[in-house]
Amino acid sequence: MTEATISPDARPRLPRGVRLTHNEAQGGWVLLAPERVFKADAIAAEIVKRCTGEATFTDIVDDLAKTFAAPRERIAADVGAMLRGLADKKLMEL
Amino acid sequence: MATNGTALPRPLGLLAELTHRCPLGCPYCSNPLALDPRADELDTATWARVLNEAAALGVLQVHLSGGEPASRRDLVEITAAARSAGLYTNLITSGVGVTTQRLAALAEAGLDHVQVSIQDSEEKSADHIAGYDGAYARKRALAAAVVALKLPLTVNAVIHRANIARVENLVALALEMGATRVEIAHVQYYGWALKNRATLMPTRAQVDEAVKAVEELRKRHHGRIVIDAVVPDYHARFPKPCVGGWGRRSLNVTPAGRVLPCHAAESIPGLEFWSVRDHSLEEIWISSPAFTAFRGTAFLPEPCQTCERREIDFGGCRCQAFALTGDARATDPVCQLSPHHALVAELANVQEDRSYSYRRM
Repeated sequence: MTEATISPDARPRLPRGVRLTHNEAQGGWVLLAPERVFKADAIAAEIVKRCTGEATFTDIVDDLAKTFAAPRERIAADVGAMLRGLADKKLMEL
Repeated sequence: MATNGTALPRPLGLLAELTHRCPLGCPYCSNPLALDPRADELDTATWARVLNEAAALGVLQVHLSGGEPASRRDLVEITAAARSAGLYTNLITSGVGVTTQRLAALAEAGLDHVQVSIQDSEEKSADHIAGYDGAYARKRALAAAVVALKLPLTVNAVIHRANIARVENLVALALEMGATRVEIAHVQYYGWALKNRATLMPTRAQVDEAVKAVEELRKRHHGRIVIDAVVPDYHARFPKPCVGGWGRRSLNVTPAGRVLPCHAAESIPGLEFWSVRDHSLEEIWISSPAFTAFRGTAFLPEPCQTCERREIDFGGCRCQAFALTGDARATDPVCQLSPHHALVAELANVQEDRSYSYRRM
Protein backbone atom coordinates (compact mmCIF):
# COMPACT_ATOMS: atom_id res chain seq x y z
CA MET A 1 0.00 0.00 0.00
CA THR A 2 0.87 3.66 -0.19
CA GLU A 3 3.72 4.94 1.96
CA ALA A 4 3.83 8.52 3.16
CA THR A 5 7.34 9.37 1.98
CA ILE A 6 9.84 8.14 -0.58
CA SER A 7 12.91 6.29 0.59
CA PRO A 8 16.18 8.13 -0.25
CA ASP A 9 17.43 4.83 -1.73
CA ALA A 10 14.41 4.27 -3.97
CA ARG A 11 15.27 4.10 -7.65
CA PRO A 12 12.15 5.41 -9.36
CA ARG A 13 11.46 4.36 -12.89
CA LEU A 14 8.64 4.38 -15.39
CA PRO A 15 6.80 1.06 -15.48
CA ARG A 16 6.52 -0.79 -18.76
CA GLY A 17 3.68 0.78 -20.69
CA VAL A 18 4.44 4.34 -19.54
CA ARG A 19 6.59 6.52 -21.77
CA LEU A 20 7.72 10.15 -21.77
CA THR A 21 7.88 11.58 -25.24
CA HIS A 22 8.23 14.95 -26.91
CA ASN A 23 5.62 15.74 -29.53
CA GLU A 24 5.82 18.90 -31.63
CA ALA A 25 2.24 18.68 -32.88
CA GLN A 26 0.93 18.51 -29.31
CA GLY A 27 3.23 21.31 -28.20
CA GLY A 28 5.66 19.65 -25.81
CA TRP A 29 6.30 16.79 -23.43
CA VAL A 30 3.66 14.15 -22.82
CA LEU A 31 3.55 11.14 -20.57
CA LEU A 32 1.84 8.27 -22.37
CA ALA A 33 0.15 5.64 -20.25
CA PRO A 34 -2.51 2.97 -20.68
CA GLU A 35 -5.36 4.83 -22.37
CA ARG A 36 -4.29 8.08 -20.81
CA VAL A 37 -2.17 11.03 -21.91
CA PHE A 38 -0.73 13.56 -19.47
CA LYS A 39 0.83 16.81 -20.64
CA ALA A 40 4.06 17.33 -18.75
CA ASP A 41 5.43 20.82 -18.17
CA ALA A 42 9.16 21.41 -18.54
CA ILE A 43 9.86 20.82 -14.85
CA ALA A 44 7.86 17.60 -14.66
CA ALA A 45 9.67 16.38 -17.77
CA GLU A 46 13.07 17.15 -16.16
CA ILE A 47 12.07 15.06 -13.15
CA VAL A 48 10.65 12.14 -15.10
CA LYS A 49 13.67 12.05 -17.44
CA ARG A 50 15.86 11.33 -14.42
CA CYS A 51 13.72 8.39 -13.26
CA THR A 52 15.79 5.76 -15.02
CA GLY A 53 15.70 3.03 -12.38
CA GLU A 54 19.41 3.65 -11.77
CA ALA A 55 19.51 7.00 -10.01
CA THR A 56 18.27 7.01 -6.40
CA PHE A 57 15.78 9.55 -5.12
CA THR A 58 18.71 11.30 -3.39
CA ASP A 59 20.69 11.40 -6.66
CA ILE A 60 17.73 12.85 -8.54
CA VAL A 61 17.11 15.58 -5.97
CA ASP A 62 20.84 16.44 -5.80
CA ASP A 63 21.05 16.66 -9.56
CA LEU A 64 17.96 18.85 -9.88
CA ALA A 65 19.10 21.14 -7.04
CA LYS A 66 22.43 21.60 -8.80
CA THR A 67 21.03 21.99 -12.31
CA PHE A 68 18.43 24.55 -11.30
CA ALA A 69 20.35 26.14 -8.44
CA ALA A 70 17.37 25.70 -6.15
CA PRO A 71 17.10 24.89 -2.40
CA ARG A 72 17.46 21.14 -1.88
CA GLU A 73 14.65 20.75 0.71
CA ARG A 74 12.13 22.45 -1.53
CA ILE A 75 13.16 20.27 -4.50
CA ALA A 76 12.95 17.12 -2.35
CA ALA A 77 9.45 18.02 -1.21
CA ASP A 78 8.22 18.86 -4.73
CA VAL A 79 9.80 15.84 -6.39
CA GLY A 80 8.60 13.54 -3.61
CA ALA A 81 5.03 14.77 -3.94
CA MET A 82 5.07 14.44 -7.69
CA LEU A 83 6.54 10.93 -7.71
CA ARG A 84 4.11 9.79 -5.03
CA GLY A 85 1.20 11.15 -7.08
CA LEU A 86 2.46 9.35 -10.18
CA ALA A 87 2.99 6.11 -8.26
CA ASP A 88 -0.58 6.25 -6.93
CA LYS A 89 -1.76 6.43 -10.52
CA LYS A 90 0.53 3.49 -11.46
CA LEU A 91 2.63 5.80 -13.61
CA MET A 92 5.87 5.35 -11.63
CA GLU A 93 7.58 2.51 -9.81
CA LEU A 94 9.38 3.40 -6.60
CA MET B 1 -2.84 23.52 -39.24
CA ALA B 2 -5.60 26.07 -39.57
CA THR B 3 -8.80 26.72 -41.45
CA ASN B 4 -10.27 30.19 -41.79
CA GLY B 5 -7.60 31.47 -39.44
CA THR B 6 -8.86 29.37 -36.52
CA ALA B 7 -6.47 26.82 -35.08
CA LEU B 8 -7.97 23.35 -35.14
CA PRO B 9 -7.33 20.98 -32.28
CA ARG B 10 -5.09 17.99 -32.98
CA PRO B 11 -6.38 14.50 -32.33
CA LEU B 12 -4.75 12.57 -29.48
CA GLY B 13 -6.14 9.12 -30.14
CA LEU B 14 -7.07 6.91 -33.05
CA LEU B 15 -9.36 3.92 -32.74
CA ALA B 16 -8.30 1.47 -35.43
CA GLU B 17 -11.10 -0.99 -36.01
CA LEU B 18 -9.06 -3.58 -37.83
CA THR B 19 -11.98 -5.92 -38.44
CA HIS B 20 -15.58 -6.40 -37.44
CA ARG B 21 -15.04 -10.17 -37.18
CA CYS B 22 -15.30 -11.44 -33.60
CA PRO B 23 -15.78 -14.87 -32.06
CA LEU B 24 -17.92 -13.43 -29.26
CA GLY B 25 -21.54 -12.37 -29.58
CA CYS B 26 -21.87 -9.87 -26.71
CA PRO B 27 -25.39 -8.40 -26.68
CA TYR B 28 -24.00 -4.93 -25.83
CA CYS B 29 -21.56 -4.80 -28.74
CA SER B 30 -21.01 -1.19 -29.75
CA ASN B 31 -20.33 -2.01 -33.39
CA PRO B 32 -22.90 -0.90 -35.96
CA LEU B 33 -25.72 -3.20 -37.02
CA ALA B 34 -24.31 -3.26 -40.56
CA LEU B 35 -20.80 -4.72 -40.30
CA ASP B 36 -17.96 -4.30 -42.80
CA PRO B 37 -17.36 -7.67 -44.52
CA ARG B 38 -13.89 -9.21 -44.54
CA ALA B 39 -13.45 -8.62 -48.28
CA ASP B 40 -13.66 -4.85 -47.70
CA GLU B 41 -11.00 -4.70 -44.96
CA LEU B 42 -7.97 -2.43 -45.47
CA ASP B 43 -4.73 -4.25 -46.22
CA THR B 44 -1.55 -4.13 -44.13
CA ALA B 45 0.19 -1.49 -46.24
CA THR B 46 -2.79 0.86 -46.05
CA TRP B 47 -2.97 0.53 -42.27
CA ALA B 48 0.77 1.29 -42.08
CA ARG B 49 0.24 4.45 -44.13
CA VAL B 50 -2.75 5.51 -42.02
CA LEU B 51 -0.75 5.03 -38.81
CA ASN B 52 2.09 7.16 -40.15
CA GLU B 53 -0.37 9.87 -41.19
CA ALA B 54 -1.95 9.70 -37.75
CA ALA B 55 1.38 10.26 -36.00
CA ALA B 56 2.14 13.22 -38.30
CA LEU B 57 -1.26 14.68 -37.44
CA GLY B 58 -0.44 14.62 -33.72
CA VAL B 59 -2.04 11.34 -32.66
CA LEU B 60 -0.19 9.88 -29.67
CA GLN B 61 -2.06 6.66 -29.01
CA VAL B 62 -3.57 4.05 -31.27
CA HIS B 63 -6.12 1.57 -30.00
CA LEU B 64 -6.09 -1.60 -32.09
CA SER B 65 -9.63 -2.84 -31.82
CA GLY B 66 -12.52 -4.40 -33.71
CA GLY B 67 -14.33 -6.79 -33.58
CA GLU B 68 -11.51 -8.96 -32.41
CA PRO B 69 -8.26 -7.51 -33.78
CA ALA B 70 -6.56 -10.91 -33.45
CA SER B 71 -8.87 -12.12 -36.22
CA ARG B 72 -6.43 -10.30 -38.52
CA ARG B 73 -3.47 -12.45 -39.54
CA ASP B 74 -1.28 -9.34 -39.89
CA LEU B 75 -1.87 -8.01 -36.36
CA VAL B 76 1.84 -8.28 -35.50
CA GLU B 77 2.84 -6.34 -38.64
CA ILE B 78 0.25 -3.64 -37.93
CA THR B 79 1.49 -3.37 -34.33
CA ALA B 80 5.07 -3.02 -35.54
CA ALA B 81 3.98 -0.32 -37.99
CA ALA B 82 2.21 1.59 -35.19
CA ARG B 83 5.30 1.49 -33.00
CA SER B 84 7.64 2.50 -35.77
CA ALA B 85 5.35 5.47 -36.42
CA GLY B 86 6.04 6.42 -32.77
CA LEU B 87 2.54 5.67 -31.52
CA TYR B 88 1.66 4.32 -28.10
CA THR B 89 0.05 1.03 -29.06
CA ASN B 90 -2.87 -0.45 -27.18
CA LEU B 91 -4.48 -3.79 -28.01
CA ILE B 92 -8.17 -4.05 -27.14
CA THR B 93 -9.00 -7.72 -27.24
CA SER B 94 -11.65 -10.23 -26.25
CA GLY B 95 -8.75 -12.52 -25.34
CA VAL B 96 -10.06 -15.20 -27.67
CA GLY B 97 -7.73 -15.99 -30.54
CA VAL B 98 -4.52 -14.54 -29.09
CA THR B 99 -2.13 -17.41 -28.42
CA THR B 100 0.80 -17.04 -26.03
CA GLN B 101 3.22 -17.19 -28.96
CA ARG B 102 1.34 -14.49 -30.81
CA LEU B 103 1.25 -12.30 -27.72
CA ALA B 104 5.02 -12.69 -27.34
CA ALA B 105 5.42 -11.62 -30.98
CA LEU B 106 3.21 -8.59 -30.32
CA ALA B 107 5.29 -7.64 -27.28
CA GLU B 108 8.42 -8.04 -29.40
CA ALA B 109 6.87 -5.79 -32.05
CA GLY B 110 6.53 -3.06 -29.40
CA LEU B 111 3.00 -3.41 -28.07
CA ASP B 112 2.65 -1.04 -25.09
CA HIS B 113 -0.51 -2.19 -23.35
CA VAL B 114 -3.31 -4.76 -23.43
CA GLN B 115 -6.93 -4.28 -22.52
CA VAL B 116 -9.02 -7.42 -22.13
CA SER B 117 -12.74 -7.41 -21.52
CA ILE B 118 -14.46 -9.64 -19.01
CA GLN B 119 -18.16 -10.32 -18.97
CA ASP B 120 -18.65 -11.38 -15.34
CA SER B 121 -16.76 -12.64 -12.29
CA GLU B 122 -18.70 -15.92 -12.46
CA GLU B 123 -17.58 -18.20 -15.24
CA LYS B 124 -20.94 -19.59 -16.29
CA SER B 125 -22.59 -16.19 -16.41
CA ALA B 126 -19.58 -14.70 -18.21
CA ASP B 127 -19.73 -17.30 -20.97
CA HIS B 128 -23.48 -16.89 -21.27
CA ILE B 129 -23.16 -13.12 -21.73
CA ALA B 130 -20.37 -13.53 -24.30
CA GLY B 131 -22.38 -16.17 -26.13
CA TYR B 132 -19.23 -18.31 -26.24
CA ASP B 133 -18.46 -21.38 -24.15
CA GLY B 134 -14.97 -21.25 -22.66
CA ALA B 135 -14.45 -17.52 -23.24
CA TYR B 136 -13.87 -16.80 -19.54
CA ALA B 137 -11.11 -19.43 -19.23
CA ARG B 138 -9.39 -18.14 -22.36
CA LYS B 139 -9.50 -14.58 -21.10
CA ARG B 140 -7.92 -15.63 -17.82
CA ALA B 141 -5.17 -17.47 -19.71
CA LEU B 142 -4.50 -14.48 -21.96
CA ALA B 143 -4.34 -12.13 -18.96
CA ALA B 144 -1.82 -14.42 -17.27
CA ALA B 145 0.32 -14.41 -20.41
CA VAL B 146 0.17 -10.59 -20.58
CA VAL B 147 1.35 -10.30 -16.97
CA ALA B 148 4.08 -12.93 -17.52
CA LEU B 149 5.44 -10.76 -20.35
CA LYS B 150 5.37 -7.80 -17.94
CA LEU B 151 3.02 -5.88 -20.22
CA PRO B 152 0.58 -3.61 -18.38
CA LEU B 153 -2.96 -4.97 -18.30
CA THR B 154 -6.30 -3.19 -18.12
CA VAL B 155 -9.44 -5.20 -17.44
CA ASN B 156 -12.57 -3.79 -19.00
CA ALA B 157 -15.64 -4.97 -17.12
CA VAL B 158 -18.81 -4.16 -18.99
CA ILE B 159 -21.61 -3.58 -16.49
CA HIS B 160 -25.33 -4.20 -16.95
CA ARG B 161 -28.24 -5.71 -15.06
CA ALA B 162 -26.93 -9.29 -15.06
CA ASN B 163 -23.63 -8.42 -13.31
CA ILE B 164 -24.06 -4.97 -11.72
CA ALA B 165 -24.43 -6.53 -8.26
CA ARG B 166 -20.88 -7.94 -8.57
CA VAL B 167 -18.82 -4.77 -9.10
CA GLU B 168 -16.75 -5.64 -6.02
CA ASN B 169 -16.08 -9.18 -7.29
CA LEU B 170 -15.17 -7.82 -10.71
CA VAL B 171 -12.56 -5.47 -9.22
CA ALA B 172 -11.24 -8.35 -7.07
CA LEU B 173 -10.99 -10.46 -10.22
CA ALA B 174 -9.10 -7.70 -12.03
CA LEU B 175 -6.60 -7.57 -9.14
CA GLU B 176 -6.28 -11.35 -9.19
CA MET B 177 -5.61 -11.22 -12.93
CA GLY B 178 -2.75 -8.77 -12.30
CA ALA B 179 -4.34 -5.69 -13.85
CA THR B 180 -3.07 -2.25 -12.85
CA ARG B 181 -6.19 -0.61 -14.19
CA VAL B 182 -9.84 -1.63 -14.38
CA GLU B 183 -12.67 0.03 -16.23
CA ILE B 184 -16.12 -0.27 -14.72
CA ALA B 185 -17.85 0.43 -17.98
CA HIS B 186 -21.60 0.68 -17.80
CA VAL B 187 -23.16 -0.32 -21.11
CA GLN B 188 -23.80 2.53 -23.48
CA TYR B 189 -26.79 2.06 -25.72
CA TYR B 190 -25.59 2.12 -29.32
CA GLY B 191 -25.49 -0.54 -32.03
CA TRP B 192 -26.40 -3.96 -30.70
CA ALA B 193 -26.78 -2.68 -27.16
CA LEU B 194 -29.72 -0.57 -28.30
CA LYS B 195 -31.46 -3.75 -29.48
CA ASN B 196 -30.98 -5.30 -26.03
CA ARG B 197 -31.60 -2.16 -24.00
CA ALA B 198 -34.49 -3.35 -21.84
CA THR B 199 -32.70 -6.64 -21.10
CA LEU B 200 -29.44 -4.90 -20.14
CA MET B 201 -30.82 -1.87 -18.29
CA PRO B 202 -30.14 -1.84 -14.53
CA THR B 203 -32.55 -0.24 -12.11
CA ARG B 204 -31.84 3.12 -10.50
CA ALA B 205 -31.29 1.42 -7.12
CA GLN B 206 -28.72 -0.96 -8.66
CA VAL B 207 -26.89 1.95 -10.30
CA ASP B 208 -26.77 3.89 -7.02
CA GLU B 209 -25.35 0.82 -5.25
CA ALA B 210 -22.71 0.32 -7.96
CA VAL B 211 -21.62 3.97 -7.85
CA LYS B 212 -21.24 3.73 -4.07
CA ALA B 213 -19.30 0.47 -4.41
CA VAL B 214 -16.84 2.07 -6.85
CA GLU B 215 -16.19 4.99 -4.49
CA GLU B 216 -15.49 2.61 -1.63
CA LEU B 217 -13.30 0.32 -3.77
CA ARG B 218 -11.23 3.28 -4.95
CA LYS B 219 -10.38 4.10 -1.34
CA ARG B 220 -9.73 0.48 -0.42
CA HIS B 221 -7.40 -0.19 -3.38
CA HIS B 222 -5.74 3.24 -3.63
CA GLY B 223 -2.27 2.83 -5.12
CA ARG B 224 -2.87 -0.81 -6.08
CA ILE B 225 -5.21 -0.50 -9.02
CA VAL B 226 -6.66 2.45 -10.89
CA ILE B 227 -10.45 2.22 -11.12
CA ASP B 228 -11.96 4.20 -13.98
CA ALA B 229 -15.74 4.26 -14.14
CA VAL B 230 -17.81 5.13 -17.16
CA VAL B 231 -21.08 6.61 -15.95
CA PRO B 232 -24.33 4.85 -16.83
CA ASP B 233 -25.75 7.27 -19.37
CA TYR B 234 -29.47 6.90 -18.84
CA HIS B 235 -29.18 7.34 -15.09
CA ALA B 236 -26.95 10.43 -15.28
CA ARG B 237 -28.01 14.04 -14.73
CA PHE B 238 -25.62 15.49 -17.31
CA PRO B 239 -24.43 13.94 -20.57
CA LYS B 240 -20.92 12.68 -21.19
CA PRO B 241 -18.61 14.84 -23.31
CA CYS B 242 -18.76 12.23 -26.02
CA VAL B 243 -15.32 11.45 -27.51
CA GLY B 244 -14.14 14.62 -25.75
CA GLY B 245 -16.03 16.73 -28.28
CA TRP B 246 -16.85 15.95 -31.92
CA GLY B 247 -13.76 16.17 -34.15
CA ARG B 248 -11.73 17.51 -31.29
CA ARG B 249 -9.62 14.74 -29.72
CA SER B 250 -10.04 11.48 -31.55
CA LEU B 251 -10.92 9.71 -34.73
CA ASN B 252 -12.00 6.26 -35.71
CA VAL B 253 -11.12 4.26 -38.81
CA THR B 254 -13.52 1.46 -39.75
CA PRO B 255 -12.31 -1.90 -41.12
CA ALA B 256 -13.14 -0.69 -44.65
CA GLY B 257 -11.33 2.65 -44.16
CA ARG B 258 -14.10 5.15 -43.50
CA VAL B 259 -13.04 7.77 -40.98
CA LEU B 260 -15.57 8.62 -38.28
CA PRO B 261 -15.56 11.18 -35.47
CA CYS B 262 -16.82 8.39 -33.17
CA HIS B 263 -17.51 4.71 -33.60
CA ALA B 264 -21.29 5.12 -33.71
CA ALA B 265 -21.33 8.11 -36.09
CA GLU B 266 -22.66 6.07 -39.01
CA SER B 267 -25.94 5.74 -37.14
CA ILE B 268 -26.61 9.41 -37.99
CA PRO B 269 -28.16 9.62 -41.46
CA GLY B 270 -26.94 12.16 -43.98
CA LEU B 271 -23.35 12.47 -42.78
CA GLU B 272 -20.71 12.15 -45.50
CA PHE B 273 -17.71 10.10 -44.40
CA TRP B 274 -14.46 10.13 -46.33
CA SER B 275 -12.23 7.10 -46.72
CA VAL B 276 -8.49 6.73 -46.19
CA ARG B 277 -8.52 5.09 -49.62
CA ASP B 278 -9.28 8.50 -51.21
CA HIS B 279 -7.88 11.10 -48.80
CA SER B 280 -5.07 11.62 -46.30
CA LEU B 281 -6.04 11.49 -42.66
CA GLU B 282 -5.15 15.17 -42.29
CA GLU B 283 -7.49 16.19 -45.12
CA ILE B 284 -10.24 14.13 -43.55
CA TRP B 285 -9.66 15.58 -40.08
CA ILE B 286 -9.69 19.15 -41.36
CA SER B 287 -12.36 19.17 -44.01
CA SER B 288 -14.43 16.02 -44.35
CA PRO B 289 -18.13 16.90 -44.00
CA ALA B 290 -18.69 14.39 -41.18
CA PHE B 291 -15.97 16.01 -39.05
CA THR B 292 -17.05 19.59 -39.65
CA ALA B 293 -20.75 18.82 -39.12
CA PHE B 294 -20.76 19.11 -35.32
CA ARG B 295 -17.32 20.50 -34.54
CA GLY B 296 -17.38 23.20 -31.89
CA THR B 297 -20.58 24.38 -30.21
CA ALA B 298 -22.11 26.87 -32.68
CA PHE B 299 -24.65 24.33 -33.96
CA LEU B 300 -26.09 23.66 -30.51
CA PRO B 301 -29.62 24.80 -29.68
CA GLU B 302 -30.86 26.04 -26.34
CA PRO B 303 -30.56 25.14 -23.51
CA CYS B 304 -26.94 24.31 -24.50
CA GLN B 305 -26.16 27.61 -26.23
CA THR B 306 -26.29 29.63 -23.01
CA CYS B 307 -25.31 26.77 -20.67
CA GLU B 308 -22.22 27.11 -18.48
CA ARG B 309 -21.40 23.46 -19.21
CA ARG B 310 -21.32 24.06 -22.97
CA GLU B 311 -17.53 23.71 -23.22
CA ILE B 312 -17.49 20.83 -20.72
CA ASP B 313 -19.82 18.37 -22.39
CA PHE B 314 -20.42 19.98 -25.83
CA GLY B 315 -24.11 19.18 -25.51
CA GLY B 316 -23.37 15.46 -25.06
CA CYS B 317 -23.51 12.76 -27.66
CA ARG B 318 -24.75 13.42 -31.21
CA CYS B 319 -25.57 9.77 -31.87
CA GLN B 320 -27.64 9.54 -28.72
CA ALA B 321 -29.41 12.80 -29.52
CA PHE B 322 -30.36 11.37 -32.90
CA ALA B 323 -31.30 7.91 -31.59
CA LEU B 324 -33.66 9.30 -28.98
CA THR B 325 -35.00 12.54 -30.49
CA GLY B 326 -34.52 12.05 -34.24
CA ASP B 327 -32.40 15.23 -34.37
CA ALA B 328 -28.60 14.89 -34.22
CA ARG B 329 -28.25 18.62 -33.31
CA ALA B 330 -30.46 18.38 -30.27
CA THR B 331 -29.26 18.53 -26.69
CA ASP B 332 -28.38 14.97 -25.63
CA PRO B 333 -31.60 13.98 -23.82
CA VAL B 334 -29.55 12.37 -21.05
CA CYS B 335 -29.16 15.97 -19.82
CA GLN B 336 -31.75 16.85 -17.23
CA LEU B 337 -32.09 20.26 -18.93
CA SER B 338 -33.12 18.70 -22.26
CA PRO B 339 -36.79 19.10 -23.18
CA HIS B 340 -36.71 15.36 -24.06
CA HIS B 341 -35.21 14.20 -20.77
CA ALA B 342 -38.46 12.60 -19.59
CA LEU B 343 -38.05 10.02 -22.37
CA VAL B 344 -34.65 8.92 -21.00
CA ALA B 345 -36.03 8.74 -17.49
CA GLU B 346 -38.83 6.56 -18.80
CA LEU B 347 -36.51 4.22 -20.76
CA ALA B 348 -34.26 3.86 -17.71
CA ASN B 349 -37.22 2.35 -15.94
CA VAL B 350 -37.92 -0.30 -18.55
CA GLN B 351 -36.45 -3.64 -17.51
CA GLU B 352 -37.45 -6.80 -19.36
CA ASP B 353 -36.17 -10.32 -18.83
CA ARG B 354 -35.80 -11.51 -22.39
CA SER B 355 -33.14 -13.64 -24.06
CA TYR B 356 -30.21 -11.65 -25.43
CA SER B 357 -30.10 -10.89 -29.11
CA TYR B 358 -26.47 -11.89 -29.72
CA ARG B 359 -24.31 -10.10 -32.23
CA ARG B 360 -23.31 -12.55 -34.96
CA MET B 361 -21.56 -11.73 -38.18
